[in-house]
Amino acid sequence: MSPFITVRVATRAVLRNKMRAFLTTLGIIIGVAAVIAMMAIGAGAKAQVEQAFAAMGTNMLIILPGSTSAGGVQGGFGSMPTLTWEDLTAIRNEVSTVKYAAPTLRSNMPVVSEDQNWTTGITGTSPEYFDIRSWPVSMGAAFTQGDVDAATNVVVLGQTVVDKLFGASADPVGQTVRIGTTPFVVVGVAGKKGQSATGQDYDDAAFMPVTTFARKIQGGLGKYIQGSIAVAAMSADTTSKAQRDISDLLRDRHHIAAGASDDFSLRNLSEIAGAQQQGADTMTTLLASVAAVSLLVGGIGIMNIMLVSVTERTREIGVRMAVGARPSAILAQFLVEALTLSLAGGVLGVLLGVGSAQWLASRFHWATLIQPEVITVSVAFSALVGVVFGLYPAHKASRLDPIDALRFE
Amino acid sequence: MSAVIQIDDAVKSYLTGDVEVRALDGVSLRVEEGEFVAIMGASGSGKSTLMNVIGCLDKPTSGQYALAGQVVSGLSRSELADIRNRFLGFVFQQFNLLARTTAVENVELPLVYGGVGSRERTERAVSALVKVGLGSRLDHKPNQLSGGQQQRVAIARAIVNRPKVLLADEPTGALDSKTSVEVMALFQELWRAGMTIVIVTHEPDVAAYAARIIVMRDGKVLSDRAQNPASAAAAR
Repeated sequence: MSPFITVRVATRAVLRNKMRAFLTTLGIIIGVAAVIAMMAIGAGAKAQVEQAFAAMGTNMLIILPGSTSAGGVQGGFGSMPTLTWEDLTAIRNEVSTVKYAAPTLRSNMPVVSEDQNWTTGITGTSPEYFDIRSWPVSMGAAFTQGDVDAATNVVVLGQTVVDKLFGASADPVGQTVRIGTTPFVVVGVAGKKGQSATGQDYDDAAFMPVTTFARKIQGGLGKYIQGSIAVAAMSADTTSKAQRDISDLLRDRHHIAAGASDDFSLRNLSEIAGAQQQGADTMTTLLASVAAVSLLVGGIGIMNIMLVSVTERTREIGVRMAVGARPSAILAQFLVEALTLSLAGGVLGVLLGVGSAQWLASRFHWATLIQPEVITVSVAFSALVGVVFGLYPAHKASRLDPIDALRFE
Repeated sequence: MSAVIQIDDAVKSYLTGDVEVRALDGVSLRVEEGEFVAIMGASGSGKSTLMNVIGCLDKPTSGQYALAGQVVSGLSRSELADIRNRFLGFVFQQFNLLARTTAVENVELPLVYGGVGSRERTERAVSALVKVGLGSRLDHKPNQLSGGQQQRVAIARAIVNRPKVLLADEPTGALDSKTSVEVMALFQELWRAGMTIVIVTHEPDVAAYAARIIVMRDGKVLSDRAQNPASAAAAR
């Protein structure tokens, strides 16, 4: 019997009991829809985390100075400056795995324009900072190394600060703003970067040369960096190596004996991102396995209805055998019927799953991401469910004795 | 004339509890090409078992069976299916047509399993239906046909593969007497055209249309005689 006829016979048998076929496939439909919706939510969450960390800067390390220890109370990292300007130069020049290093000094100050003011986080840094954060300047230009050397009064504003001081579509380049008592010329606007994973607005910020910051805001440029150092490793793969190299260099420069604890702290953002992604992955796996269980339940439903179908059509099987159907042809017929049911369920499930993912995305603003391979795998899996659970009823049908089958009432 | 059916000392035994029951107890039978044989007997006489053995639906416990010169008693289930498809046609008491399936598609069924191509299948099914007088009912489904018409579809299905033997098991058992005569007339027509026919019946009226009557009792052949067949066409 040709495969085409087998499929036609199976489709007809399925369509003969439309309601029953629909109820039977409902288990598969719900299972596949659940798998697809859950994977879409999981992948969406993962993509959001990835995006958030990409916005912070890839390959990024942060070096924080050490802690104070006064009367047994230890301050947190950064409470005592231990990083010197010479450390920064050494990191830039001596560590081959480091691409960029920039000091980051921070303070919250009001920025005042002609008729508005806005308090924001001001960062004193060097031009490499924008490369480390992969943060291009959208209008004007970043300040230069020359500005740092000369400690000129220039500032790069974040988009949120521009919106608050000058209005949403204004071009503030060339305008003057006042920070503290000092007038600054706006030389550039940092491109819109959005929110961090924790909801912090990256664009609510302003940047100026680190030398200007130290003199005008911190009141003098000393031996120590009153802040942290941001570092970009050569590549994502060398981030861990860069972390070890910097640690070795600083321990050596700070004369820390083997076994003694560091007087600085290194944060590897890609590690944190990795941990977050792992969390998202675990969640996805968990959701998908729950959904897969419902697919199994759907498969049992198919097996049940196929057994009913074999019993109902015992005489038909007898007739087919009497006119010359081999046991293998009967096996194929019922197997294809189970496969038709489960595949139809799979396809409907895909539609339902994609629909629900989109509905969740629009209704609750959840990030969802539908991956084509998830659709392929779940349709293939539903087909597999059909074959596995259809095999027993089909085998039972093919082993029927034609005499008994023809006599069956 | 050559033997289409050659059965030598066939035994078919079942175990019912601890008791061995012999449904066939040493049956030998030879049917030549072109014969019209009626197998008679009370229920439990072994006539149905003999029919199943001849129809390759059942295998004898011992003894040998050759159909159209080929020994079939040792074949597998799949090989027996092929033999049924090529050499045998079945007509049942309850018609056993596929429901919600047209007459043509019902008749095509043996050809589907015989691997005949779609166009030839339809042509042969239509000509078989014309031969049994149902040329105007090709696309009717069983529930749109009378009992006699359904049995004609079943006969068309049985002859569409041009079998060596046409087997009929109580073919008039579900029909009224008028329709029964019509169906028997059709069998006689096919027989006169050269078909070998074996029918099982317990009705002497039906057996009267055959040219040879075999009577079974307790798994053995009680009598086997030729007769002058009554004409069903004349009885109509």
